[in-house]
Amino acid sequence: MARMPLRQMQKNQSGTITAVKVGGELGRRIREMGLVPGTEIIIQGRAPLYDPVALRVMGGTLTLRNNEADHIEVEVND
Amino acid sequence: MAPQSIIALAGNPNAGKTTLFNSLTGSRQHVGNYPGVTVEKKEGVYLCDGTPLRIVDLPGTYSLTAYSVEEVVARDFLVNDRPQVIVNIVDAANLERNLYLTCQFLELGIPLVIALNMIDVAKDRGIEIDAARLSQLLGLPVLPIIARSGQGTADLMREAARLATHQQEWQPRRLSYGEDLDQILMEMEARITAAGLLTDTHPARWLAIKYLENDEQIMAMGRRADPDCAAALADMATRVTDHLQATVATYPEAMIADHRYGYIKSILRQGVMSHAYDTDRLYTSDRIDRVLTNRFLGPVCMVAVLLALYHVTFTYSQLPVEWLSDLFDWLAATVTALVPAGPLRSLLVAGIIKGVGGVLGFVPLILLMFMGIAFLEDSGYLARVAFMMDRIFRAFGLHGSSVMPYIVSGGIAGGCAVPGVMATRTLRSPKERMATLLTVPFMNCGAKLPVLALLTSIFFAAHQAQILLLLTLLAWGMALLAAKFLRLTVLRGEATPFVMELPPYRLPTFKGLLIHTWEKTWQYIRKAGTVILGISILLWAMMTYPGLPAATTAQFAAQRATALAAASPAVVTEYQQSGRANLSPVARQLAARLVAIDNQQSEEALRHSLAGRFGIALETLTWLPGFDWRTNIALVGGFAAKEIIISTLGTAYSLGEVNREETGSLAKTLARSPHWSPLTAMALIVFIMFYSPCFATVVCIAREASWKWSLFSMAFNTTLAFLLATLVYRLGSLCLAL
Repeated sequence: MARMPLRQMQKNQSGTITAVKVGGELGRRIREMGLVPGTEIIIQGRAPLYDPVALRVMGGTLTLRNNEADHIEVEVND
Repeated sequence: MAPQSIIALAGNPNAGKTTLFNSLTGSRQHVGNYPGVTVEKKEGVYLCDGTPLRIVDLPGTYSLTAYSVEEVVARDFLVNDRPQVIVNIVDAANLERNLYLTCQFLELGIPLVIALNMIDVAKDRGIEIDAARLSQLLGLPVLPIIARSGQGTADLMREAARLATHQQEWQPRRLSYGEDLDQILMEMEARITAAGLLTDTHPARWLAIKYLENDEQIMAMGRRADPDCAAALADMATRVTDHLQATVATYPEAMIADHRYGYIKSILRQGVMSHAYDTDRLYTSDRIDRVLTNRFLGPVCMVAVLLALYHVTFTYSQLPVEWLSDLFDWLAATVTALVPAGPLRSLLVAGIIKGVGGVLGFVPLILLMFMGIAFLEDSGYLARVAFMMDRIFRAFGLHGSSVMPYIVSGGIAGGCAVPGVMATRTLRSPKERMATLLTVPFMNCGAKLPVLALLTSIFFAAHQAQILLLLTLLAWGMALLAAKFLRLTVLRGEATPFVMELPPYRLPTFKGLLIHTWEKTWQYIRKAGTVILGISILLWAMMTYPGLPAATTAQFAAQRATALAAASPAVVTEYQQSGRANLSPVARQLAARLVAIDNQQSEEALRHSLAGRFGIALETLTWLPGFDWRTNIALVGGFAAKEIIISTLGTAYSLGEVNREETGSLAKTLARSPHWSPLTAMALIVFIMFYSPCFATVVCIAREASWKWSLFSMAFNTTLAFLLATLVYRLGSLCLAL
C-alpha cells in the first residue's frame, strides 16, 4: 500500500483516491465527475503521447491531463 | 392543469437525453438559442393521452455551477421559467455519477421524475437496479426506460404529467454537509430569509450553498439585490473557508461534493444496485478501445477514419453540387432570356442568382459533412480523437476536440470553412472553441484550391505537387501559430480543464442523425436567404456602379461600328446570322475583334466601378506585397467566394469572364505579363490563403460567436495576410537582388 499522485500510476494499476488537492474550476470539475476521496479507480491507458490518461471510475471512463492528475492522490493496491 | 405544462428534460451528457427528446417530440420540435448565448434551446411538444406538454431540452451538464455557459443556462431556465416538472434522465450503467446532478435538483426542490435509462445496457453489464427501492429511498418516482426503443417512455411522461397537475410547490431537500457546514448554512439561511434576498426565485438554503461554493453568478446577483446582506454572507463563507483550511485543509466546495457523493453511496448501498459479475470486467467498448486508442494502431485508425469521412463527403457531394450549379446556371440563362439587358438583368443574374447560388451550392457538402460528424460524435469516437490529439493541440492553446473543425475546413486540402466553423460546437471550452473558430478559415478550402492550383501551375509548374503539399503544411502551421497568438492575447486564459468522459461506443440512431443533420443544414439555408443575399447584392453593386460615363460607352459603340464597317457586308451578315458557330476565317476575325472590344469595355467598367476605384486606391498600400489594382479587385471579389478571384482577374485583364474550368487564356496572359513573376505569385498565394474569410464563413462566425468576432476575424486575417505577403515579396526581392 503506497500513496502516490495519480500521474505516476501505471496502466492497469488500481487504487482508492485519498485526496483531491485543488480548488477552483478544476477542483470542481474533478469532483463532480466522481473523483472524490473514497472512489476506486483503475488506470485504463494513456493517449499515444502519454498524455492525457484514461481511468475507469464507477463503471465509466474518464480522461484527465497529466498536470490535472497531479492534484489527485491515490492509495494504490499492490 | 395549467394551459400547457412545461417539462424540462435534464441530465448528464451521454445519458441519452437527446435520444429521449427526439423520440418524444419527433418532428414537432423547434431549435432556437437561449438569449445572448450560443447554447441551443430545443423545444418540442409531446402529446400525453391527448394533452399537449411543452418539453424543453436543457443542455447536458454534470452539475449546476456557474462555470460553463450550459450550466448557467440550465439553472437560469429552471429558476426563471419555473417548469412544472424536471424529467431527470440518468444512465443506469453509470448511476452513481449521474445522481450527482440529481442531488442538485433535489436541493432546488423542483418536482422531479427520474428516467432510469439504458436498463438494457446495465443488465448486459450485470448491473441490476431495483427501481422501486431507489424510488422509495429518494422519495420520488423512478421509471425504467430504454430511450432508443421508446420502451417505458409513455409511462414516464404519464407520471410527469400527473406530477405537473398535482404538485405545484417546490420542496427543497436538505442534504447534510457535515457539522461545520450545516451550522453555517443554518445561519446563512436565516439571514437570507430575513432579508428576502433573491428568495422569490431561489430557495434560501440553495443560495447559501452557492455562497459556500463561491459561485460568481449568484454572488453578483446578491450584491445587486442587497449589498449589505450579500457582504455579510460573503464574510460568513470566508470565515468557514478559513476555518476548514486551518482544521482539515480542505475547501467548502470539496466538502460539499464529498457529502453529495456520500449521500448517493449511502442510498445505493441499501440494496438498490447489485452486480452480477466483477465490475472490472472488460466490456465490448473497452475491447474496441484497446485497438482504437492503442498507442500505435490508434493514430493509424484515426487517420483512416478521417480520410474516409473526407472522401465520402467530398465524393458523394460532388454530383449534387454540380446539379445545383447547373440549376443556377439554367436559372441565370432563363432570366437572361426573359429579362431585357440592363441593370435589372444584371442585378438578378450577377447579383442574386450567382451570389445565392454560390452559397446554396455548399448545401449538399454541409449535409453530408454533418451527417459524418454527427455519426462520429454520437458513436463516441470523436471523444477518442480528442483524447489522442489533445497533447499536440494543447501546446497551441487549443483542445483535442479542435482537430475535427480543422480537418473539415481543409486540413486535408479541399474542405470548407463553413461546416468547419459550425463543427466547433463540439468543443465545450469557450476560449479554446473561439481560438479554433477564428483560425479554421486559414485552411486551404475547396474554393481556394483552384486559385492556388492555377497560380502554381503557371509559375511553379515543375514542382506543383510539392508546392501544394507545402501550402497545406503552411496552412496548418499558420493556423496553429495564430491560435497560440490569440490564446496569448485576446483569448488569454488558463486552459479549460480537460476532465472528459469517454462514453461507451454506441451505434447512433438513424432518426437522431437525420434530425441533427437537418437542423444544421436548415440554419445555413436560412442565413443564405437573408444576410448572404444582402451581401451578394452589395458586392454586385460595388462591382457594377457607377457605370461608365455615356461618352466612354459611346466610344466603345463607335469602335464596334468601325469594326463592323471595316468588314465586308457579306461577312457582317454571316456573323449576325450564323449564331456565331462555324464561321469563315474572316468572320471569325470580326467576332474576335468584337469580343475584344466587349472585354475591354468590361475591364473599363470594372475599373470605373466602386470596387475598381477601391482597388486602385488600395495600390497605395498593396505596392508593398506587389499587387496592382487588378489583383486588388480580384481579392475584393474573392470576399464573396474565393473561386471568384479567377473570374474577376479575367475581367480585369480584358479576357471576359474566365470560366473556372478553362483558365488557359488567363494563365497565358499572366505568364506573359511583365508585372507577374514567381515571387508576385507566391506573395499572392500567401495572401489568398490567409486573408479575410469569405462572407459565407463570416456570417457563420457571426452566428456561432458574434458580429464583433466576425469583424475581428476579417481585420485580423487580412492584416496577417498582408504582413506575410509583404514579407514574402520584400524578402524575396532582396534575395533575388543579391
